[in-house]
Amino acid sequence: MSVVNRMSRMNQSGQGIVKRFEQRDGSCCRSWPIAVVLLVLGALPRSGWAIDPAVLAAEAKRVEVSSRLATSVVAIFSRGGRGGGSGVLISSDGYALTNFHVTRGAGTFMKCGLNDGQLYDAVIVGIDPTGDVALIKLLGRDNFPHATLGDSDTLRVGDWTFAMGNPFLLATDFQPTVTYGIVSGLHRYQYPAGTILEYTDCIQIDTSINPGNSGGPLFSSDGQLMGINGRGSFEKRGRVNSGAGYAISINQIKLFMDHLRSGRVVDHATLGATVATREDGAVVVDGILDASEAFRRGLREGDEIVSFAGRSVRSVNQFKNILGIYPKGWKLPLVFRRDGVRTETLLRLRALHRASELAGGGKPKPKPGDKPGGKKKRPNQPSRRRPAVAKPPEKYKHLYVKKSGFSNYYFNQLEQKRTLSGMSRLGDFAAVTGAWVFLGTTAAGDAYQLTLADSGVGLSWKQQAYFQELSKSAEPLDEPKSSGGLLYAMHMWRSFLMQRERVFGEFYYLGSEPLDGSGARVDVMVSELGNVRCRWYFDRKRGQLLGWDCRIEEETDECEVRFGGEIDSGGRRWPKTITVRSAGGLVAKFAVETVTIRPEVSK
Amino acid sequence: MTSRTIPPAWKLMVIVLLQWAVVFVSRPSSVSAQSIHSTISRVSRRTVKVFGAGGIRRLHSYSTGFVVSSRGHVATIWSHVLDTEELTVVLSDGRKVRAKVLGAEPQLDLAVLELEAENLDLPAWDLEAEVSDAGPGTRVLGFSNMFRVATGDEMVSVLHGVVAAKAPLATRRGAFETSYEGTAFIVDAVTNNPGAGGGVLTTRSGRLLGMIGKELRHAESNTWVNYAVPISELKGPIQEIIAGKYRARQREPDEADSVARFTPLEFGIVLVPDVLFRTPAFIDRVQPSSAAAVAGLRPDDLVLFINGDLVQSCRVFKQRLGRIESGGVLKLTVRRGDKLVPVELPVPAKPATEKDETR
Repeated sequence: MSVVNRMSRMNQSGQGIVKRFEQRDGSCCRSWPIAVVLLVLGALPRSGWAIDPAVLAAEAKRVEVSSRLATSVVAIFSRGGRGGGSGVLISSDGYALTNFHVTRGAGTFMKCGLNDGQLYDAVIVGIDPTGDVALIKLLGRDNFPHATLGDSDTLRVGDWTFAMGNPFLLATDFQPTVTYGIVSGLHRYQYPAGTILEYTDCIQIDTSINPGNSGGPLFSSDGQLMGINGRGSFEKRGRVNSGAGYAISINQIKLFMDHLRSGRVVDHATLGATVATREDGAVVVDGILDASEAFRRGLREGDEIVSFAGRSVRSVNQFKNILGIYPKGWKLPLVFRRDGVRTETLLRLRALHRASELAGGGKPKPKPGDKPGGKKKRPNQPSRRRPAVAKPPEKYKHLYVKKSGFSNYYFNQLEQKRTLSGMSRLGDFAAVTGAWVFLGTTAAGDAYQLTLADSGVGLSWKQQAYFQELSKSAEPLDEPKSSGGLLYAMHMWRSFLMQRERVFGEFYYLGSEPLDGSGARVDVMVSELGNVRCRWYFDRKRGQLLGWDCRIEEETDECEVRFGGEIDSGGRRWPKTITVRSAGGLVAKFAVETVTIRPEVSK
Repeated sequence: MTSRTIPPAWKLMVIVLLQWAVVFVSRPSSVSAQSIHSTISRVSRRTVKVFGAGGIRRLHSYSTGFVVSSRGHVATIWSHVLDTEELTVVLSDGRKVRAKVLGAEPQLDLAVLELEAENLDLPAWDLEAEVSDAGPGTRVLGFSNMFRVATGDEMVSVLHGVVAAKAPLATRRGAFETSYEGTAFIVDAVTNNPGAGGGVLTTRSGRLLGMIGKELRHAESNTWVNYAVPISELKGPIQEIIAGKYRARQREPDEADSVARFTPLEFGIVLVPDVLFRTPAFIDRVQPSSAAAVAGLRPDDLVLFINGDLVQSCRVFKQRLGRIESGGVLKLTVRRGDKLVPVELPVPAKPATEKDETR
C-alpha cells in the first residue's frame, strides 16, 4: 500500500540508473552498519561507484543542451497579468513562436521573460487559430538568443526530447522548467475539441506537458526545435500530464512561417471534398463541392485518393494530416483513381473557414466527422473574458496597426515593403501613360500584337482579335476563351506597375508558397479589385516579379501568367517571354520582340 | 516496515552484495539509440487495437491487446469492451479482423481473443523465450492505444519509464479497487490510461514483462497508480485457454471468509450475472410470492441503497446483504425508470453461525 501510494503519479525521470544509485547511496548512509561493511570491503565513496561512462556522458549532454536551450525559452505573461504560457525565440530580431490560445487572452502587447532575468515587451505578429500557432515579436534587442529550427520529419518514435516552458506559471524568475521524455507517436491527428483548433500531423510525446507549457518548445535531444507543445489528452485525471502530450510539428509551422510574418489571421485549407474509408480500406471521395477546383479538374464522388501532396493516402486520418499542415491557397498535387485509371492534377486549396469564423478566434464548429469521447482540452486555456488590456507601451505603440482580417497590419506593411523593394530596378512605370504595344510571335509560331491602354486591352493573334473594354461598367471577360481572362489579367499587370497602391481595393502581403506547387518558394502579394483577385509572385532574393494568377470571378479557373527573362526597352525592363496557362493547360507562350509606348488616342 | 528492528550486519552485507550483483548484471551496456528503435518497431508490430462495447458515459469502447500466437490469438484485458458480439481487432498493419472471446480469467483481468480469419501468420510473442522479469530501477517501455490516439495502421503510443516496485497490488475497498490482487509491476510512467489496458510493458531491449492493467485511482487521495500484471502470472492461463484446457480459477475472494448470513435468493431476488468488475446491481428476476415479490420489486430495478448504504455493484450488494442482522427490516432503494422507489422487506430470523464469530 505504502509503495503504491508513494509511487503513484510520479513522473518520468528517464534516469533510472542514476536514480537507482542515488537511492541506494542515500539508504546506505542512513544505516551505519552498512557504512562499516562498505568501508571494510574497501568500497569507495559515491564518486567511485561504477557508473557507466555512457550514462554520465548522456547526463552531461542533457545538462549542456538544456542550459544552452534555456536562453531561447520565453515565459509569456499577458499585460493584464492574468494567465500566460510559454514561447520560443526563433530569430535574433525577436520573433518567437507560441500557441494562439496563449496569445488569445493576452491582447496585442505582452510581457515576456527570458532566463537572463529580463522582462521584455512583445507585440503580436500573426496568428493561426486553426493550427493553434501565434508569432510574436520581442522588442528592445536585435541580438536575442534563439533556437535553431530542426526537421521534425527526422524524428522517430522513441527519440528523446526536451520540453521547456513555464508549466503552472512557475517561472516567476523566468527560468524555464525542463522535462525530458520520448516521442510516443508521430503523424497524430487530433480532432477539434469544441473549437476550430485542430492538431494535424502532430508529435505525441510522453515528455511531461502541463498547463503553462503551452506554446513552449519541444527540442530534439541535440537541441533542434522540433515542435510547439500545445495540447494533451486529459480525461478524468484533471488538467495535468497524463502521459500524452502533443506538439505542433515545426515542419508544419515552417509552411506557415511567412504567412504568420504577414501579420494576418491565417487559415488552413480544404480540398472542397470529404473522404471516407471504403470497406476494402481504400480512401474514397464521399462528398465534393461542385464549385471546387477539384470538381473542375474531374474529381468525383467514389474516386479513390491515391496520393496527396506526394504522400500516399491509406487512412482518413492520414488524409487529414496531409491536408492540415498546409496554408489555404497552396497548390498541391493530387492523384486519384477511377475504374483503374490514374489521374494526376494540381489543385489550389480552398479556405477551411470563413473569415468570420476565424475572427471569432475559434467558435465551435461541429463537423460531421467529429468523434465523441476522448475529450481533449488545451493545457492552458486563457480566460474567455477580454483581458484588462493595459495601455500599450508608449515607446512601441506604433508597432501595432489594427485592420480587419489582420492580427497586426504593421507587419504586413513591413513585408510589403520588403517584397516590392526589387520593383524599382525595373524602371519607373508610373509615368508611362499611353498604350503599351507588345509585338512578337508565340512559341507555336503565330505573330501577335498585345496592346495595353487605359481605355482597353486588345490582342490580335491567329487571325483573331480580342478586346477587353475597361470602362467603369465593363465586366471582365474570359478572353481569349478558356484563358481565364487573359486580357483582364494583363490589365491588372499594367495597373500593378503604374499605380498599384491607388488602384487596388486591397493590396497586401500574403506569405510564401512554392511557385506552381513544386517550384521555389516565392513571396506572394494579393490584390483585389471588385471580384478580381490576383496573386503576385516574387523571387525571394531579387524581389523580381515572376508572374501572377488572376481570377476574374469566384470559383472560376485562374489565368496564370509567368514571365521569363528580361529585355530592355526605353530604359525599362520588360519580360522576354509571357507564358499563359489556365485550367491545367497551356494557352500560349508569347515571346516579346518589341515594346512600344504610343500616346493613347482618346475615343 | 519502518519500525522493524535492524537485522544483523552480515545479513545486510549479503543483501547489499546481492543488490550490487543485480545492478551490474542488469545494467544496460550503453545508451544505445539503435536498439530502442528496433525494440519499438518489433513490439508495436505485435500490438493490436481492440474495439468493442462502450462509448457511453465515459466508458471507452477501445482497448489494447498483444498477439500471443501467429495463428491469431490475442491476449487483452478483461473489461466491458469485450462485452459485445461486434468485437474488432485492428492489426498493426491496419487490417481489421473480427474476433471472439475464447476464454477469460476475470481474476487476472485476462481475456484471450481468437481472430476470425484464416492464414494470418502474425508476428507473435513467444511466451517461453521472450519473457523477462524485472525489479525496481529497470527501464521499461509501455505500448498501448491509450486515448485511441492511433487508428488503422498507425503505431500505438510508446511511453518510457522505470519499474518503481514489484509488489502485491494491495487493494482495499474505498482506496484502490481492482479485480487483480496479485503481484504487479508499478511503473513511474503514466501507462494506465483509457484504452491502455491490454497493452504491454517491455524492457528497453524488448523482453515482455507484463500486461498493462486498468486505470486505478485512489478513492481518497485521487492519485492514480500505473501497474502491469506480470506475464509469469498470465502465461499459464493464456496457453491453457488457447489449448482449450482452461478452467477459470475458483473465486476465493473475500466473500469466502466474510460474513454471508443472507443471500439475495433468500429474498427471492435474482441479480443479473456478475460479469463486470463492477456490475450494476440490476434485478434480473423476482421469484413469485417471495418477499421481494410481496414488496413489489420488479425485474430491471436497479438497487441503489441497502439500509441507507450506497450499492455500487452486484458484489457489494451481496456483501452488504450478507452482513445484515437477522430479524428486523431490510430497506432497499431501487431506481425504476426515472423514479427512486423505497421498499421494505422483512428479514427472517436466523441462528448465528460459526462463521460469524470469525469476524
